[in-house]
Amino acid sequence: MSTESTPAAHTPVKASTGRLAVAWALVGVPLAYGVYETLTRVSALFG
Amino acid sequence: MGWLDRNHTIAPPGFNRWLVPPAALAVHLCIGQAYATSVYKTALVKHFDASLTEIGVIFSIAIVMLGLSAAIMGTWVDTNGPRKAMFTSAVFWASGFVIGSVGIFTNQLWLVYLGYGFVGGIGLGIGYISPVSTLIKWFPDRPGLATGMAIMGFGGGALIASPVSTALLRLYDPNSGAQGWVASGDAVGKLFLTLAVVYLAYMLFGAFTIRVPADGWRPAGFDPAKVKAAKLVTSENVSARNAIKTRQFWLVWVALFCNVTAGIGILEQAAPMIQDFFRQADGVSLVSAGVAAGFVGLLSIGNMAGRFAWSATSDITGRKRIYMVYLGIGAVLYVVLALAGSTTTILYVALAFVIISFYGGGFATVPAYLRDLFGTFQVGAIHGRLLTAWSAAGVAGPLIVNAFLDAQGKPGQLNAASYQPALLTMVGLLVVGFVANLLVKPVDARFHESSSGRGRNEPAMEA
Repeated sequence: MSTESTPAAHTPVKASTGRLAVAWALVGVPLAYGVYETLTRVSALFG
Repeated sequence: MGWLDRNHTIAPPGFNRWLVPPAALAVHLCIGQAYATSVYKTALVKHFDASLTEIGVIFSIAIVMLGLSAAIMGTWVDTNGPRKAMFTSAVFWASGFVIGSVGIFTNQLWLVYLGYGFVGGIGLGIGYISPVSTLIKWFPDRPGLATGMAIMGFGGGALIASPVSTALLRLYDPNSGAQGWVASGDAVGKLFLTLAVVYLAYMLFGAFTIRVPADGWRPAGFDPAKVKAAKLVTSENVSARNAIKTRQFWLVWVALFCNVTAGIGILEQAAPMIQDFFRQADGVSLVSAGVAAGFVGLLSIGNMAGRFAWSATSDITGRKRIYMVYLGIGAVLYVVLALAGSTTTILYVALAFVIISFYGGGFATVPAYLRDLFGTFQVGAIHGRLLTAWSAAGVAGPLIVNAFLDAQGKPGQLNAASYQPALLTMVGLLVVGFVANLLVKPVDARFHESSSGRGRNEPAMEA
């Protein structure tokens, strides 16, 4: 988690954890599925 | 539609910058579908009663339009900000699928050229460059990591689209259980419509999640002076129009072109190449078609992982040094592959994996390299112009490999020795790229934007 700040205000960041988790899940889950499917094919290389 | 304008996307205080990478990934994962077209290629050949080449033209038009639209629209993207650019990209990309589906349903191939190729290709180009400069501005402390995350998505998009498209084609085609099944045109048309809806939704999520940092924002604890201390990193700014007049732009263009050409040479030929390398004297290969498909999958993982890992590493090593690795060590690995790759499959697979990771790394690192040399002012537009190197390599790479292989014999009769001329030519190209990268020096001050009218380090026109 980052701790960004705007120099003028030096406002501490309050990360919206839920929003962050949803955003990352929306892209992370399909990507993990794609990697898993590909690795299943790759297993033929070592089978 | 003022809500798309850049000034409506300025992040409020406290905005978490880690929301920006998933927004960028949402776009890149969708447009990465362009590398999964092989899933329905045979179906389209059958549906249109066309040749493989005629169907392959759809993809070629899309990639040419990617390069052209990125080069031409880059300045517009920088001026109007990432939300408008992502929204436009989403509309073009989804419309491309819709027009393409109409072409399939009405049996008019030219409509698929127009839709997926021309209209969709514009969406590809705008979408590819749209989040890059924004990420660089949110992560001035780790620009390589940031661009690596987004551009990794372009590699990952095909990994998702490929199995999902296959599953949908089976769902839409009642004959999918038949032996030797090839999907019907109707099923491909429905697939296109489904992809249009899903990609539009995902890309709009990206467009409405992305924010640009407020003027003067910087990460806590970030000291620009430390970045500036690196020899090649500038705190000045160069416009896109001036950048293409510099020697540095063309040296990086050559380095990218050589790196991509060499990588495409292997990627395009991956499945038959591993079978040919291990072909026995009786003409039978030790590598089955199933194993070769697994090898192609492994290269896709290497391509994607290299984009993230090498680009993130460049934040520590510096961009010039990491390019020396891609091109220098890449050349050595190519020599080993050409001369000793056929000794064991493990060596062959390991060499190809690392080479392809360098190929992906080259793509992902180059926006940060441009930021180092030309500043953040119009880095998106400069990146767009540089992508013409990709388009050129997309033509040159397969041409070189196919021309050498055609001279060596027919497919099915080739062996490891048949590949040596093509691979050693790629080594020569990588050496040229290595020298070009070595010659990169800081940009001359005469190309820097003047400080009159706006602060040198705080350009007004940022995306």
